[in-house]
Amino acid sequence: MRIGVVTFPGSLDDGDARRAVRFGGADAVALWHGDADLHGVDAVVLPGGFSYGDYLRCGAIARFSPVMAAIIDAAHAGLPVLGICNGFQVLCEAHLLPGALTRNSHLHFRNRDQRLRIESTDSAWLGEFGVGQEVVIPVKNGEGRFVADAATLDELTVENRIVARYVGGNPNGSMRDIAAIRNEAGNVVGIMPHPEHAIEALTGPSVDGLGFFTSIVRTVATGRAGHLAGARA
Amino acid sequence: MSRVVVDVMLKPEILDPQGQAVANALPNLGIEGVSAVRIGKHIEIDFAGGADADADLDRARAIADRLLANPVIEDFTVRLADDLASADK
Repeated sequence: MRIGVVTFPGSLDDGDARRAVRFGGADAVALWHGDADLHGVDAVVLPGGFSYGDYLRCGAIARFSPVMAAIIDAAHAGLPVLGICNGFQVLCEAHLLPGALTRNSHLHFRNRDQRLRIESTDSAWLGEFGVGQEVVIPVKNGEGRFVADAATLDELTVENRIVARYVGGNPNGSMRDIAAIRNEAGNVVGIMPHPEHAIEALTGPSVDGLGFFTSIVRTVATGRAGHLAGARA
Repeated sequence: MSRVVVDVMLKPEILDPQGQAVANALPNLGIEGVSAVRIGKHIEIDFAGGADADADLDRARAIADRLLANPVIEDFTVRLADDLASADK
């Protein structure tokens, strides 16, 4: 099984994401922002960092890179995509997820081990979690405050598309304490905290993040990817 | 050549912590009586070739709509630069 990790100019966590993919049991395939070929990967991770220096808006320029054109088409066809931090911002800019990530309400960069509550597991990346399960995953962002209009927030809530919420303190002023959301089909998930930094005791505060990477391996292995979006060839 | 100015502002209902921080700093400068500060982006686009103002405004609008502004959180306006000659200095 092959999972691609995109490197944009300014990506920082692509190395950790590839390592997490390997810890999850898949082969990590490095994808380059300028290459529109997805090399036949079964899923894609958009890592954290500061793509294109976060110029204009976080993710705004990365969204128009050649690799993203291919990922947007593939995601619509059911390819599982996980956007972490800057990757989440790219997914919102690409309109694969609703809303936007804006400057933390208190203006400070927040870097800490964060408790989250998993709210929805009905997606390609969450199958190994339980609803209501609490996990500890590092958060590190300056522009992680999820915003959307009230109608969108209500829709996300009613459709069970809020994947995780901050508990024990909201680190950035995110609306409705949203830390992660998914698209309607469940193949695309965006998360502000960094599961790839919580995959082993030596380097992380927990191993709770590993579940994202083992979940996708199981999803792909059982052919459930995009089960709501329609089968992908 | 024509120059089009695009101004991008956060929508009124979107929190602007940057603007708030600036507003909160003004008393340190001895400036009182400011009720709000909001921060946006001012972008100048120079179009090559013969100046067809309406066409350039349309192109700027398309650029702003696709890239310069995020309609989820921002509004934008486009206009021709007032004084291209002085702006060119």
